[in-house]
Amino acid sequence: MDGFLSTPIGILAITIAQTLALLVPVLIAVAYLTLAERKVLAAMQLRKGPNVVGPFGLLQPFADALKMLMKETIVPSGANRFLFILAPMLLFMLAMLAWAVIPVNDGWAIADINVGVLYLFAISSLGVYGIIIAGWASNSKYAFLGALRSAAQMVSYEVSMGFVIVTVLLCVGSLNLSEVVRAQQNVWFFIPLFPMFVIFFISILAETNRAPFDLPEGESELVAGFFVEYSSMTFALFFLGEYANMILMSALTTILFLGGWLPPVAVEPFTWIPGPIWFALKICLCLFVFIWVRATFPRYRYDQLMRLGWKVFLPFSLVWLVITAAVLKLTGWLPA
Amino acid sequence: MIAALAFYLFAAILIASAVMVVTARNPVHSVLFLILAFFNAAALFLIAGAEFLAMILVIVYVGAVAVLFLFVVMMLDIDFARLREGFQRYAPIGAIIGGILFLELLLVLSGWSFADQADDLRLSPNPGASVTNAAALGRILYTDYVYLFQLAGLILLVAMIGAIVLTHRERAGTKRQDIAVQVARSGSVVLEEVPVGAGIKALGIRRPPEPEAEPPKVTHDAHHGGHH
Repeated sequence: MDGFLSTPIGILAITIAQTLALLVPVLIAVAYLTLAERKVLAAMQLRKGPNVVGPFGLLQPFADALKMLMKETIVPSGANRFLFILAPMLLFMLAMLAWAVIPVNDGWAIADINVGVLYLFAISSLGVYGIIIAGWASNSKYAFLGALRSAAQMVSYEVSMGFVIVTVLLCVGSLNLSEVVRAQQNVWFFIPLFPMFVIFFISILAETNRAPFDLPEGESELVAGFFVEYSSMTFALFFLGEYANMILMSALTTILFLGGWLPPVAVEPFTWIPGPIWFALKICLCLFVFIWVRATFPRYRYDQLMRLGWKVFLPFSLVWLVITAAVLKLTGWLPA
Repeated sequence: MIAALAFYLFAAILIASAVMVVTARNPVHSVLFLILAFFNAAALFLIAGAEFLAMILVIVYVGAVAVLFLFVVMMLDIDFARLREGFQRYAPIGAIIGGILFLELLLVLSGWSFADQADDLRLSPNPGASVTNAAALGRILYTDYVYLFQLAGLILLVAMIGAIVLTHRERAGTKRQDIAVQVARSGSVVLEEVPVGAGIKALGIRRPPEPEAEPPKVTHDAHHGGHH
């Protein structure tokens, strides 16, 4: 058996098994996140939410998926057929691709690469292509306007996100995601870097096109924005891609600021709970805040969104980066 | 073996997509092929062991520069018929210039040879497995050549400020929003604590406000009723 596992085919088989072991729970989480969002939103608005399909509406995601599958895929006559179909697939694929480097527990990453943080940043910055291509290929003005908004928005917020990540990396001294978590053994980074944590969380709201920054799909002025022409499974892929991205970004927040798989304090009752459970709990917390924000805040106006990104977050994160570097240097806490 | 196969695969796709960038009819397709070319270049970096450069290539060129390209190209309204109009007339001149350039390159490249000590002159030899890519690059950029690096940054800053100065103009009568003034303003919005589930009726607030009591009618029907 050992001999087989070290052959190329054996390594391939192990990788596929690892991928399935990670992606199947992620996909189930995506399905139930759609339900959780509707339930939480309903509770916040004093409604009941979906409660008809299955007990507590637990089968609702499957009913929705079945409905989507049954519908007809409509390609508009003026659309670029190849790119039109490619765009939602690209968006969903990228959301899945990024999970390759996420460490669920100490040493439990499919690819524990040295530049894990950069890989995640690169993949998340590619998500904008799915949206731009969808908007352009639809050959519809609403879709196109949504795509343009989204492109400008995602590029703007990536800049401050990058500075936040650099600040965290300064405190870690490595680009490896597992090292980032290990560096938080004593204190989770959201305590010393609290302002950066807030900026990062707001930026990932903009990066995933969630409320209050969901202008690319602002239904009051753009109908549904970049995916207005999509139907059936292609629409479902956009929907799933958005939720998978939410989970991914929550995982990134957890790793960078909330101590990944580490328990809050390393004492008896907390250490009994295994790392992956802590990791999942922290992701759930972030996702709850995502939904909470959606229920609470009205949508931003477009120029104010840009102002917030470029004139508030960018200077602030830049200054905080310099302060962090200075403090680390002067106190001698700079990691070797 | 597998690495060599992967190299030829990525290199072949890279060259093919680079050719498509030039030959594609639709400029949007050109940009998309350019992105594919960037990706394959990043993959080649990965094969060469330069993982940091590969990721930076994707982040900077694919994630930012090409997005702006695509952004601009998609908004262009291109008339393909006009674009191909003068092709026959310009083709011979283009072919001659291309041929001369090709010959020159051929002459230069055929006489190309490395100096004997060229390898010793290399300033960034492979740092070895114990040092990560990022650390090796960082040492060169931020330790060995920090002043040159800062200078390059300053030049870019000047270029950026220059671009802003050249394109910025103050229009008369532009209204600006001052967020700080808006936030500091008090009295125009009053927040009320409302018990959950009670609604605003409990506070005696009615939207729209109740109509005022009807004013007493003084001069009624003076000119009304034309049947008199």
